Amino acid sequence: MIYFIIAGMAVVTIIPRIIPAAIIHKLNFRPWLHRALQAVPFAALGALIFPGILSVYEDKPLIGLVGGIVAVVLTFIGLHLIFIVIGSIAAVYFMSLAF
Amino acid sequence: MSEHTDIQVSNSKIDMMKHGLIIGMPITLGYLPVALTFGVVSSQSGLTLGQIIAMSVFVYAGASQFMGVNMIVMGAGALEIIIATFVLNFRHFVMSFSFMNQLRDYSFIERLPLALTLTDEAFAVASIHKQEAKQKHGFYFYAALFLTGYAVWVLGSLLGGLLGEVLPERLSDSMGVALYALFIGLLIPSVKQELRVGMIAMVAILVNVICSLFMSTGWSVIVATVVGGLSGIYFLREDEVS
Repeated sequence: MIYFIIAGMAVVTIIPRIIPAAIIHKLNFRPWLHRALQAVPFAALGALIFPGILSVYEDKPLIGLVGGIVAVVLTFIGLHLIFIVIGSIAAVYFMSLAF
Repeated sequence: MSEHTDIQVSNSKIDMMKHGLIIGMPITLGYLPVALTFGVVSSQSGLTLGQIIAMSVFVYAGASQFMGVNMIVMGAGALEIIIATFVLNFRHFVMSFSFMNQLRDYSFIERLPLALTLTDEAFAVASIHKQEAKQKHGFYFYAALFLTGYAVWVLGSLLGGLLGEVLPERLSDSMGVALYALFIGLLIPSVKQELRVGMIAMVAILVNVICSLFMSTGWSVIVATVVGGLSGIYFLREDEVS
């Protein structure tokens, strides 16, 4: 039964992922639709970051928020992505010790 | 002469793969603790190692895997779990459309493995790295980037299922911020370059905050991504954003 559920989960996950790969060359988008598709990554990033980041630590939204602020600051300093990630993890780790 | 070209070609394929591996490092760092945790939680919930691996290999979508295991434990019906998974992962349809539009010139055979292993994180990193799509052997860059994430995810779940808690709990909890930090580190430089990009993200955030009050996370993220994308018709009207 569990394998049946896994198979079902796989099918409904895979189909939406591959349909665009299968049909994109048959579609010719109007310029406005191109613009919308170009905007999708930035829209997705926004939607994935907030409010999700508040739930890094259950019941302690402030910890996730501070982790995010540290990531923003490190990005502005111009650090490489990997150090932004490590710095943010360290900030959350120390916050979780303190609160 | 032809030998010389051959060497150059094989070099640049490997170079592109190395480039993909390096660019994918933050994803690796972000996935490992989550995958380990998935393995641990699933085996504690009574799933066999085979079931854990099957889920990571065939579903390969973090949040929905945790939700699936949780619902299995709660005794939810199969159909209920599958529909919830569909809703939660349907955002990949929108992302895949955007990414495949970037890879228009690729053959279906090249697009397929990238589509199959598309995740939020792989998509986010790949769509910030647009220029590689036009470079020679760009496919190898994206393939290395996507398959690294996949390999780390599958191996991490296996290790978690086999060994149990490998990382101290506080550390693995703290590493939960990694993927958000990755998203922030990808978004901010684009915003610095083009303020309009920040407007698009803000629209998506606002829509997500409002929708999450009365919708499931899955629907809320989909609506926010679509509305944010549509706002790009206005914000990007002057020219193309690189």
